[in-house]
Order: sequence, then C-alpha cells, then structure tokens
Amino acid sequence: MSTAELIKPMLSLEQKKRARNVGFSLIFLALVSGFFLSARPGDAGFKLVESFTLVLPAQPFAQALAVLLGALGAIQLYRGFGKWTNVVLAFATAMFVVGFLAWATSGGSFNLTGMLQDTVTRSVPITLGAIAGILCERSGIINIAIEGQLLGGAFAGAVLGSLYGPWVGVLGAMAMGVGLSALLAVFAIRFRVDQVIVGFAINFFSLGLTSFLSQRVLTPYPEYNIVKPFTPYAVPVLSDIPVIGVALFTQTYFVYFSFFAVAATTWFMYRTRWGLRTRAIGEYPQAAGTLGIDVLKLRYRNVWLAGAVAGIGGAWWPIGTVGRFDQNITSGRGFIALAAVIFGRWHPVGALTAALVFGLAEAIQLKMSNLDTGIPSEFLLMAPYIVTLVVVAGFVGRSRAPKAAGQAYDASK
Amino acid sequence: MKRLFNYLGERLNKISSLKLTFLAVLSALVVGAFIIVVSDIDNLRDGDIVGALSTVGSAYWALVVGSFGSLRAISNTINSSTPLILCGISVAVAFKAGLFNIGATGQMLAGGMTALWVGFAMDGPGYIQVPLAIIAGAVGGAIFGAIPGILKARTGAHEVITTIMLNNIAAFLILWLLKTNLFQREDRTDPISKLVSTQGRLPRLFGFLDGRADLIAHIGFIIAIGAVLAYWWFLKYSTTGFEFRAYGLNADAATYAGMHVKRLTVLSMMFAGGFAGLAGAAEVLGTYGYASTNFAGNIGFDAIAIALLGQSSPFGTLVAAVLFGALQAGGRQMQTNSDVPIDLIIVLRALIVMFIAAPLLVKTIWRTKNATITAGQTFRGWGS
Repeated sequence: MSTAELIKPMLSLEQKKRARNVGFSLIFLALVSGFFLSARPGDAGFKLVESFTLVLPAQPFAQALAVLLGALGAIQLYRGFGKWTNVVLAFATAMFVVGFLAWATSGGSFNLTGMLQDTVTRSVPITLGAIAGILCERSGIINIAIEGQLLGGAFAGAVLGSLYGPWVGVLGAMAMGVGLSALLAVFAIRFRVDQVIVGFAINFFSLGLTSFLSQRVLTPYPEYNIVKPFTPYAVPVLSDIPVIGVALFTQTYFVYFSFFAVAATTWFMYRTRWGLRTRAIGEYPQAAGTLGIDVLKLRYRNVWLAGAVAGIGGAWWPIGTVGRFDQNITSGRGFIALAAVIFGRWHPVGALTAALVFGLAEAIQLKMSNLDTGIPSEFLLMAPYIVTLVVVAGFVGRSRAPKAAGQAYDASK
Repeated sequence: MKRLFNYLGERLNKISSLKLTFLAVLSALVVGAFIIVVSDIDNLRDGDIVGALSTVGSAYWALVVGSFGSLRAISNTINSSTPLILCGISVAVAFKAGLFNIGATGQMLAGGMTALWVGFAMDGPGYIQVPLAIIAGAVGGAIFGAIPGILKARTGAHEVITTIMLNNIAAFLILWLLKTNLFQREDRTDPISKLVSTQGRLPRLFGFLDGRADLIAHIGFIIAIGAVLAYWWFLKYSTTGFEFRAYGLNADAATYAGMHVKRLTVLSMMFAGGFAGLAGAAEVLGTYGYASTNFAGNIGFDAIAIALLGQSSPFGTLVAAVLFGALQAGGRQMQTNSDVPIDLIIVLRALIVMFIAAPLLVKTIWRTKNATITAGQTFRGWGS
C-alpha cells in the first residue's frame, strides 16, 4: 500500500451515513416537487426589480426541479459529491425553496427581492447573538444568556435612543450588553458558578427588569420610548446591482455591522494571536495557562466583547426596525441564536448561514399570509423548525463543541 | 463514632444551606426594593424618598398577604405551584441524566392536548374519566418528550436545539389543532377548545367547603406531590434511577459499566416529557377546563430556574416550586394593591437563583462562616 493511500483520510462510518442521508433527502425533495409541487398549474410572477417580473410556469418548473433533484440525489448515493456535498445541498435546497414559492404563488405575483431584503434584515439579531455566543464559547464560557443580553440591549437602545438619538442608543445598548455579560463573567469566572445557571438567571433578570421598567416607567412616560430608527443606507455603486443590490446593500447600518462582525470574528479567530489563544483556552485551559496565557483575563475580555456585540444586536429592534420597545420584544430570538451557534458548528460563517435560514423563514412567514396556498398556515410557520430539526439530526450530527465550554477554570488544578 | 460525626457534619451542612437560602432570598428582596425605589420616578422627582420607601413596604406586604395571608391566598399559591412542581421535576429528571430539557413547554402543550381530548370526548363517570385523562396527558407528554431523546440517541442531535425547535413546533401545532373541528368550540372562530365535561374536571381541593368558589386549587397539587414522591423513590431505590445518576455524573464510566446509554437518553427524556405532560393535564383539566393557545405560558422556562434552584433533588425542587408559586400568587396581589408591576417577581426569582448559585458571593456579603455547599455542575457541556 502506498503512502498516499495511507494518508488519504478514510471515510468514517458516520460520514458515510451522513452522505447517504444527504442523498435520500435530495430524493425526498425530488419526490415532493414531482408529485406535490407540480400539482398546481399557473404562472408564478416573481417581481425582481420595479420594471421586471420573472414569470415562472409553476408546473413545468416543478417537474424540471424534480428531475434535477432526483439526478443530484442519485449521483450522491452512487458516488457522492465529496467535499462539494454541502454546496450541492445548499444549491438544491435553494432551488427547492424557489420551487415551493413558485407553487405557492402560482397564478399570482410576489416580490422576491423584497423578501430577500427582509431575510437579511431579520437575520441581524440572530447573527449578532450567535457571534456573541461564539466569542464566549470559543473561550470556554457557555453563553445561554444571549436572549437576556439582546433584550437588555433593546431596552437600553430604546430609552437612550429616545432621549439622545439613535447613535447614543446603540452605545447605550452596547453598554447594557457589556453590563449583563460582566455579570455572567463575574459569576462564571470569579465565583465559578455553573455557567448555565448564571446564564438562565441573567435571562430572567433581564426579562423581569425590562418588563418591570417598561410597565412602570415607559407606560406613564411614552416620550422615553419613541426612537427615530435608522433609515436604510444605499451603498454607492453596489446597491445598483439588480436584486443583490437591494437585498444586501440597501440596508440599515445594523446589517453592514453584522457582516463586518462575521468577517472580523472569522479573521481574528483564525488569523491572529488573540484568536489562537481564545481557541486554546476554550479547548484546554490548563495547557494554555501553563504556557503563560492569562486564562481568566482573556475569558473576561471575550465575554465583555460578546456582550457588546449582543447589545448591538438587541438595539436592532428599537433602532433598526420598529422604533420602540415592548415587553419581551426579542421573543426567543436569543435561543434561536444559540441554536445557530451549534447549527453553524461554532464558526462565524456557519452561524451567519444558519441565521440567514431563520431570517428566510421569518420573511416567508410574513409573505405567506398574503398567499393562498391551501395548506394551513400553521404548517408553513413550523416548517423552518422542522427543517432545523432534520438538518441537525441528519447532517450536523455530533458537532464538536469547544472542549472546555462550561467548566470553570481553576489555576491551582 | 466516625459515622456519627459524618452524619452530624451532613446535618450541619444542611442547616447552613438553609441559612444560605434564607440569606439569598433576603438579598434578592433588598435588591428588589432598590429597583422599586429607583423606578419610582414620580416620588423621586418630588424628592419624596419616604413615599418611595413606603411603596416598597406596601408591595412586599401585599406579596406576603397574597401568598399566605388567607385561605384564598394559600389556594392561589397551591394553584400556581402545581404546574411548576411538575415541570420542575421534568427538567430535574433530565438534569439528573445529564440532559438539558428546555422543552417542558412543548411537552406540557402536548400532554395538555391529549388530556383535553379525553376530557371533552368522554362524559363521565368521573372516577374513570379523570384518571384516564391524566394518564393520557402523561403519555402525550412522554411521546413528545421522547422525540429529542430518540434524535439524540440515534443521531447525536443536541437536545438543546431539538427541544427549542419542538417548543415552536408544538406551539404552531396547538394553534392549528385548536382551529380544527375536533377541538374548536362550536360557536367560536378564534382558537379556543371545547370545554372539558363537568365530570372530567379535576375535583377542587377545598371542594368540601361549601360556597367558596374562589378557592381554585385542585387535586392536581396532590398529583404533583405524588410525582415528587415517585421521583424520589425512583432516584433512590430503582435500578434505572441509579443508572440515570451514574450516566449524569459520568457518561463514560456508565458506558464502561455496561449501561445502555442510548436507552437511558430516550428514557430520561420520556420521563421528563411525562411529568411536563402531567402539568399540562393539570392546567387544562383543573385550572382552565379548556385550552387556549398559550396555556403553557412561561412555566417551562420557570421550571428550569426551579430545577436549578432545587439542585434537581426531589424535595429541593418541590420547595423551590412552592416558593416560585407563592411569589406568583403574591405578585398578583402586589400588582393590585400597590402599582408595582408583577414583573418584579421575575427579577426576584432571577436574583434568588443567582444568589443561591453563588454561595461564595452570599458569604462575602453577609460574612457568614462555614457555608460549605457549592453549586455542582448541572450541565455536561455541549459534547455528546
């Protein structure tokens, strides 16, 4: 046996199983589009730009889609796409979503660009929350408190934004996020309390405090709860690209910041000394400590940074969209962000992808109420969660978390 | 002799843990008072510190009166505690096996719906229908709870994600079910269910007192106490309970000792779902008599705090749930009597959990000695 063959990584049983799952899922999607989506005749109009509407004949499109997906599935089962599997799967899923939308809109018309824009907008708090989660977890602190940090950021953003303008609101939201994450840091690092307990306590604390204050202060004094939200800023040149220009480059600053946060976190985590050390203390803090890295200090800093990022994510509600704070305005997005962290395998780009999937789901939910599909809307509403369930169970499987996440560091041990 | 010393040492720790709990509650109340005063903008603008402080007094007094001040208050406390106890045990039993059950809400919804179905489909006699409906609730919750367990055992999908997703799925499923002909009340267009037949309602706890319709506590509380005892027996005397604890403490060792880890994962989530399903049954059959879309409310999340507070032990969970239930009942009184919003309760709960979880902090603040308990690690981390 030659050396090259020995070095060539062997597919583990689990990888084989996952590859097979991908194949079967593709076949399943093919069957759905062949038998279900192709059952409705009529043209679906996707409005791309003001002057142009892409008209897809729903039925032939679904049939073609069935053939395409079936072929991809067969190839995957027969020989596999290897490292292209994820790309193929993403492409197939995207095409299936288009097919589904064509089915749902058949006989009508529908603003696709607007939906994509909505998708990106709505993914912001989830992305930023997930980045906050990654920053903490990579350094060995489990951050269940994302929800609380988002909520605190939203509250501070609303109140300070109403008093001193949106930029101060964002700063205030950052400060609130840092404050709440400092609580997490002190309890988890200094007092070595179970990180999940503190995290949950912070969630409750934040929910209780913001609801309490909003009822006791914001209700009698509504002038503290009117923010002038950011208006979308069109990036010169880039925003003129059709479709993508509107979806990606005609957005509020929050969207640009979330892209920046993903890029910056990826760069710092994998290309700088800080990132290397962060990953080291998240995996094996004792070893890092022995080599002279100040584990506790680095953990403090990462948790604070995470709080600031999550705070900005929270400010998205009052300053990026609705212009006011309501009780429990985040309604569980922090937990979705937590799922995005795991879904994205603790990598910023993975988390962004997951956040976009959830953003798409929310955007479709909003549009679906206008379309007559014949299936009860509740099933469409729960679809993204079922998809997540299937994806996590079928493809992600046992993802590798930072090894030391959840354990307090004690230098004496 | 040595054994006696060990025993005494244990007792001493127990006393100090009681003291610690008391001090934690006290600390939480002090911080809560501070929050009430600071948010009292009207009085503070007038410089009326005494007025602001008197708000604190009346608010806290209402908290006591509303939770234990009268038979009615006690009945309210019992009523609020019932689902909290059951869901608390649901989360606790999963914790014992090293799993994090965020899905009590969804399991409660599932159990509530199956119990509801038996509740309105049958019409007595009560002594058959009520137990049947309760069992249906437990089974419904257990089946729904088994899903994340099976997914974890078969594919390694993390239960934190799957239970969160299943909560959302359950919420939409209930919304849909409540609009189907099977469940929706005949004369309604909004998602609200048929009424449980009179025979199928859980008997009221104080039913023997004539003419006290305001005492709403029902025998769900007795079921909850029974569940605590069952959980205690299960952990202490059953083989599976022992395996749960072993698996929760050290999964590798348990595997090495030949325990079926996959079976334990599924079983523990099933038990967790069953207890949460009982909570749903108690709410639907006892408290409401019908189901609306959000009859589970925030109970599933409160339950996590309760299990953490009670350190997943049967009686710790019971005490924590009753404490939370009393705060809930008192909080409603507080909102009526003084204009302090009930949301203060959530803050108090969070503070209590934090202070209890950080004995070192309480020790520093109150300068007590020999508080030796430390919060153990409840959660094994993300690794599977």
